[in-house]
Amino acid sequence: MSVLRLSTAVYEAIRAHGEETYPHECCGALLGQADAEGWQVKIAVRAGNTRTDSAHNRYQIAPAELVKIEREARSQGLDIAGFYHSHPDHPAQWSATDLAEAHWLGCCYVITAVAQGKATVTNSFLLAGVTEEDKRFEAQSVVVEEQSIGSSGD
Amino acid sequence: MTIYIPTPLRAFAGGHAAIELNATTISGALDILTQEHPELRKHLFTGEGKIRAFVNLYLNDEDVRYLPAKEATAVAATDTLSIIPSIAGGASHPTT
Repeated sequence: MSVLRLSTAVYEAIRAHGEETYPHECCGALLGQADAEGWQVKIAVRAGNTRTDSAHNRYQIAPAELVKIEREARSQGLDIAGFYHSHPDHPAQWSATDLAEAHWLGCCYVITAVAQGKATVTNSFLLAGVTEEDKRFEAQSVVVEEQSIGSSGD
Repeated sequence: MTIYIPTPLRAFAGGHAAIELNATTISGALDILTQEHPELRKHLFTGEGKIRAFVNLYLNDEDVRYLPAKEATAVAATDTLSIIPSIAGGASHPTT
């Protein structure tokens, strides 16, 4: 099983974002570096959810915002390691929609369940495979470490 | 110009995060890119040769879909082309 490492600050920032946007889904990008076991996330960047028509069970990040986030990652010597979003009153498991609309192979997709406004379980799934046709989510081990790294965003 | 390769496609682009090449149009740049890195082609284009629906192309800060000339838009050496696969999903409650 691959590993997603992130600091307590990043972990808590992701979960707090899900609580703030409840009952809507939150979303954002994870910037970090690949290591032998998986990804080490350094920064969580908040993004707007453009799916205002169905924000309680859908999310989408505007590509224009991603262009800016990718630019920020480059300036800091980091890569886009993956993305996070919340599942309001729904388990922290990937859905058919999550898989169908996931295209960042090799990246992690972090999902936080938010029950009645409170973040509960946070899971991460690696989008494995080499093509759209054989892509699949594989559960990752989430390791939260004490580090002096934080989060940014709007 | 510079083409920025997103994390998931770098394995098919020799591991490069950015590739410099000389082209006169966006489509010309994509032709050169996929000639140099043929494995990228199936990730960027459909079997009919169209850009895949989930692949977004940004010339500097402009969505190529909304440029008047789209992929035939002329490019300069200082331009950047970002390849951005779409990001979406959701809990997808079956009852809603």
